Amino acid sequence: MSDNNVKSRERTKMVPLPSDSIVPERDVHKRPVLEAKHLGIDFGGLTAVDEFNLAIGPTEIAGLIGPNGAGKTRVFNLLTKVYKPTRGTILLNGVDTANMNTVQVNKAGIARTFQNIRLFSDLTVEDNVKIGLHNQIRYSTAAGILRLPTFFKKEKEFHEKAMDLLGIFDMQYMANVKAGALPYGAQRRLEIVRALATNPSLLLLDEPAAGMNPSETAELMENITKIRDTFQIAVMLIEHDMNLVMGICEGIAVLNYGRIIAKGTPSEIQNNPEVIEAYLGKQKEA
Amino acid sequence: MKKTIRKILGGKAMTYAMVIIVFVIMEALLHGGMISSSLAGQLVPICAYICMAIALNLTVGILGELSLGHAGFMSVGAFTGVVVVIALQGAVPSGIVRFILAIIIGGIMAALTGVLVGIPVLRLQGDYLAIVTLAFGEIIKNILNNIYLGVDGSGLHFSMKDTASLGMQGGTVIINGPMGAVGIPKLSTFVAGFILILIVLTVTLNLIQSRTGRAVMAIRDNRIAAESTGIDITRYKLTAFVISAALAGMAGALYALNYSTIVPKKFDFNTSILILVFVVLGGIGNIRGGIIAAAVLTILPELLRSMNDYRMLIYAIVLILVMLGTNNPQLRRILGSIFGRKHAEPVEGGKSNE
Repeated sequence: MSDNNVKSRERTKMVPLPSDSIVPERDVHKRPVLEAKHLGIDFGGLTAVDEFNLAIGPTEIAGLIGPNGAGKTRVFNLLTKVYKPTRGTILLNGVDTANMNTVQVNKAGIARTFQNIRLFSDLTVEDNVKIGLHNQIRYSTAAGILRLPTFFKKEKEFHEKAMDLLGIFDMQYMANVKAGALPYGAQRRLEIVRALATNPSLLLLDEPAAGMNPSETAELMENITKIRDTFQIAVMLIEHDMNLVMGICEGIAVLNYGRIIAKGTPSEIQNNPEVIEAYLGKQKEA
Repeated sequence: MKKTIRKILGGKAMTYAMVIIVFVIMEALLHGGMISSSLAGQLVPICAYICMAIALNLTVGILGELSLGHAGFMSVGAFTGVVVVIALQGAVPSGIVRFILAIIIGGIMAALTGVLVGIPVLRLQGDYLAIVTLAFGEIIKNILNNIYLGVDGSGLHFSMKDTASLGMQGGTVIINGPMGAVGIPKLSTFVAGFILILIVLTVTLNLIQSRTGRAVMAIRDNRIAAESTGIDITRYKLTAFVISAALAGMAGALYALNYSTIVPKKFDFNTSILILVFVVLGGIGNIRGGIIAAAVLTILPELLRSMNDYRMLIYAIVLILVMLGTNNPQLRRILGSIFGRKHAEPVEGGKSNE
């Protein structure tokens, strides 16, 4: 784990919360965007995630790392209610999401991307973003079928907003291309744009740099920070690329066998013996 | 400005133009007496089948769910339409007004049936939905086989037993169980059928290119992503399904009002499959293709009448050849270059030519 990237960046001062999580100092007097308490899920007799406790500040970039099969994506699926948690509570901006389904969780403020890209591949890039804007700009089905004046007004709004959002990654020129025909990196970026279109307060990114080359990853790191700064939202990301995680994440949680084994700043995590053991195995005693 | 116009019309202009041009040609031929009477008799059914093909394409191509019971919605519209036309004979003398009412009420009844079926059924996916819609088509047929409905001076009479238990004083029996509806005034015309096609086409194409249509296609393309993007799955599935059912009901009313007698058996599994064949042959999700397939496959048996015994054999062979042909990559490329259809090319970071 190289320390070069870390040093080059301005470090955020992290402050502990009563709930044993840490948040950036600027967020400490604000309500956390997400608070998961004693979150857990069982599949039959198997406990897949257990005692997951985490708070994320409203403008924090948080990282969730861990070896393969540790349950990182499962945590995302719990937070977005793709799976119903067996135990625990999730507070989103202070609101309990216990009775919400995936759609309602999205409306309440969590947007996500997927490890194995899930775009609407038969539709154009622009339409993918417009679907993200679905709950932001509204008109009735009847207005659409009858082509009432509202339709034209709102569709103009849809187009302008979609183009604005595509501008984040300079993807406007791809607007009319089918999403499925995009190269891999562009598909990942489009997924982020679509997620942002739903106007979230927390953006979950599941391996955003997977399959990207080093220069694309560097650009992505800039963009994630830029997104956080412009939209003033929290970002939580799962990633295996340690340069990215250590470079932009302010607080990191390490998951192993469905449990958090360490929480801390990048430098704390890098020197945590338990984390090193989870990744590299135990050192043979001499 | 030109770009916006192109965007609004998109490929739609082509489809409308095709329908209108074919209508004008057929109408001219009809007035010139250059169409055989058997083909002339097929014109309204062709219009009805085209509407059905568009309606089913909405469910199969746009919503992405297989429905094997769309003839059920057609029959609901057909029998409702017949009842409306006959029951209002006294109250509304104008045939055209009664016809329009029949189409509208037929559509509404089919839509209500669509809601009833859709609520439980649309929670299922894939093959399960197909099987339940298949069962639904059979249920509708069997219910209609047992309905006795008549009208006399005191209003409508309804029974599930026989005509005698209707207890009517004079009046007319509209639906007579398995014998179906008799004495239907022939109100459907080729012009009416053409107008209905335009309406069905407009509704469908406008729906596809709207907020609702995008939501429906998002569900089709990736259900989990659609949910995570805040699209209410059940709601939009139901919307598309019910609109599809309503359009099928309108097509049914048009179809029924072209004949003096209509029986529930007409709208059985075979009809549902026939409509599905139109959709598949025209290309799933391809509205224009579905229209052409519906027209050609309805006319084909008439044109092959001279072949007598071999006509259904040739029909089947044509079906197989078209299926093979349209799935042949070489042929597709040739057709594509002739009609200048642009396919989405992968972009490799550079400027797109769009």
